[in-house]
Amino acid sequence: MNHLPLIIKREYLTKVKNKSFIIMTFVSPLIMVALIAVVAYLSQLNNDKERSISVLDETGVLSDVFVSTEHTTYNILTDTNLETAKELVKAKSEFGLLYIEKSQDTMNVLSSVRFYSDESPSLSIMSSLEEKIEKKLSETKLRNDGVDIAKIQASKTNVTIAQETFTGEKTSKVDSYLKLAFGGAAGYLLFMFIIIYGNMIMRSVIEEKTSRIIEVIISSVKPIQLMMGKIIGTSLAGITQFGIWVILGSILVFVLSAIFGISMSELQTPSQDLMNQAMENPEVANEVQLAMQSFFNLPLANLVIAFMFFFIGGYLLYSSLYAAVGAAVDNETDTQQFMMPIIMPLILAVYVGIFTVIEDPHGTVSTVFSFVPFTSPVVMLMRIPFGVPIWQQFLSFAILVATFMFTVWFAAKIYRVGILMYGKKPSYKELYKWIKY
Amino acid sequence: MNHLLVADSVSKSFGTFRALNNVSISVPKGSIFGLLGPNGAGKTTLIRIINQITMPDTGSVLLDGEALKPEHIQNIGYLPEERGLYKSMKVGEQALYLAQLKGLTKPEAKKRLKYWFEKLEIGDWWNKKIQELSKGQAQKIQFIVTVLHQPKLLIFDEPFSGFDPINANLIKDEILQLRDEGATVIFSTHRMESVEELCDHIALIHKSNKVLDGKLIDIKRQYKTNTFEVGLQTESVTEVTNAIKEKFEVLPATFKNLHDDVKLNIKLNTQDSSNDLLSFLTSKAEVHHFVEVVPSADDIFIQTVKNN
Repeated sequence: MNHLPLIIKREYLTKVKNKSFIIMTFVSPLIMVALIAVVAYLSQLNNDKERSISVLDETGVLSDVFVSTEHTTYNILTDTNLETAKELVKAKSEFGLLYIEKSQDTMNVLSSVRFYSDESPSLSIMSSLEEKIEKKLSETKLRNDGVDIAKIQASKTNVTIAQETFTGEKTSKVDSYLKLAFGGAAGYLLFMFIIIYGNMIMRSVIEEKTSRIIEVIISSVKPIQLMMGKIIGTSLAGITQFGIWVILGSILVFVLSAIFGISMSELQTPSQDLMNQAMENPEVANEVQLAMQSFFNLPLANLVIAFMFFFIGGYLLYSSLYAAVGAAVDNETDTQQFMMPIIMPLILAVYVGIFTVIEDPHGTVSTVFSFVPFTSPVVMLMRIPFGVPIWQQFLSFAILVATFMFTVWFAAKIYRVGILMYGKKPSYKELYKWIKY
Repeated sequence: MNHLLVADSVSKSFGTFRALNNVSISVPKGSIFGLLGPNGAGKTTLIRIINQITMPDTGSVLLDGEALKPEHIQNIGYLPEERGLYKSMKVGEQALYLAQLKGLTKPEAKKRLKYWFEKLEIGDWWNKKIQELSKGQAQKIQFIVTVLHQPKLLIFDEPFSGFDPINANLIKDEILQLRDEGATVIFSTHRMESVEELCDHIALIHKSNKVLDGKLIDIKRQYKTNTFEVGLQTESVTEVTNAIKEKFEVLPATFKNLHDDVKLNIKLNTQDSSNDLLSFLTSKAEVHHFVEVVPSADDIFIQTVKNN
């Protein structure tokens, strides 16, 4: 008799109706968006702060570089000495005083510039001041040496090497970044999914053990059915949660940008300025177009299909192990020693993915790890955007499925014996014996 | 005799530990069969084999003449000693789920649950969570779930633990009623008084072996020692006692009686009958108390376990 649908339904409904699950599902996107909003608001707040800085320039050559902006006002002090200037700044409770000491050699001004303030200034303020002085000085030096600044500016060139495959597909650096982003996102998503929902499966197995219902259930259904029902039911709950997150997230972003749209556009951060400038620049606009193009050049169909297969395969492989660990122990604190061997290959996969696939997506290390079953789902998902021959994908998936069948068999063995064992925490040796029962 | 369940030389080992060694039992249809044994004797292993939770290494189990197969799960109701329910699930939902796992359809399960909930007066629990119930209350639910699919064979492992005397009696009456309606019951317990009350047949398992098996009454006959407990009223206590001691093997006895001049356990030789003893006693004193000592299930249990 096949009770699988019934078990899946129960596991799914229990998870989905669970209060903490509901709270997690609906509150975490809110928290995420709220967090982003708070950060955006705070940085805006910071930018809005107006400062006034007094500048006492004894050399007299640098005064003209300090032009007041919206947020920073520069007061150029003249005909005064350092001590009186300090008193003056303190009295007016200005942010600080920039002092450029007069020296014989303008070029050595570097060592004689000081900034006085009550609170230590932020890195960005300092670097902005330094940049202004450096620029002026180097221009002065060039001019002294008789170099035409305009010519230097005109000589600046920007080289972009256009990439093309032998088959004529245009690629670009942007393309590589895009591929990396896609592969990375897919691999990382799988990693997170396994950790979150694998743990959920494990806890659910432990719950059945501690509530002692297991023997009642197991007298009605086969342990492997119960295990598979649990894995599938929990995964469906996970997919539901992810789906709700995606939908809620997009709605929230949409609503928020509608409400705060105006204030957001007012928030002209430097990077946005840069973006706007870039958009006006034809070369960069071209680059963006290329990115769009390379997005459509990605092996999208292959990516989506491979993602589904490797995601499911990898997830089932690991979650069956999680179920086995849950069956082997009595409570969550005992799971530690068995978790290590499960987490290690996962972490290894993510590191291999990040460090070697970026370096060389088709190198020996990445290729080998994209076949090793415990790392292949993550590593292969990261490699696929760079174009992996179909036969490699098939072979890797076949190995994954074979291993998956083995781990399910193995987990079912442990599960079958473990769920009826209470009391002491088993050792690896005992687990090995269980397999032979 | 028609047997519902026949286990034939069943053996099971876990690693090097032999949990069951060639154990055979036959459970007659419509009987209450006591499966007895000290802790760790192998009872639970045997019950799990009958429930197809574990498979025997050797030997076979027949249910109604057929070798055990997955479909038989529907014909068995099992109340394990280690019992429990999903704590955060509602009573009604949970009972429905477990009934469906036993092959009932949802409407049928609902109908039967309603009947049982009314019978045990727990109708208002339907929407409560298990964690809101007391242990005894949860046990009631568990009992209902065990019998709901009207199995031919019911297996109860310590069914009365956790019940107060009133509810224990209620459950006992339900078990007897189920038997009368045609169910066969395997009953595993350490509580010998309930064995005396309920069981027709017993099997005693000790250290993985079956050491005793049969109708409870036959076993009692087999274990009887031809001993009679007598209470006599007489003026001359020592004389009478000595006269009896000369003729019979005598042990002191304690029981409650209005006249307690002489209280003895008298063991008869095989050639003497109880009537011989009685006429001897009447000639010596006035007999107020004369009962054959019947070995209790408790005595048999302890004696058998000690001898093995």
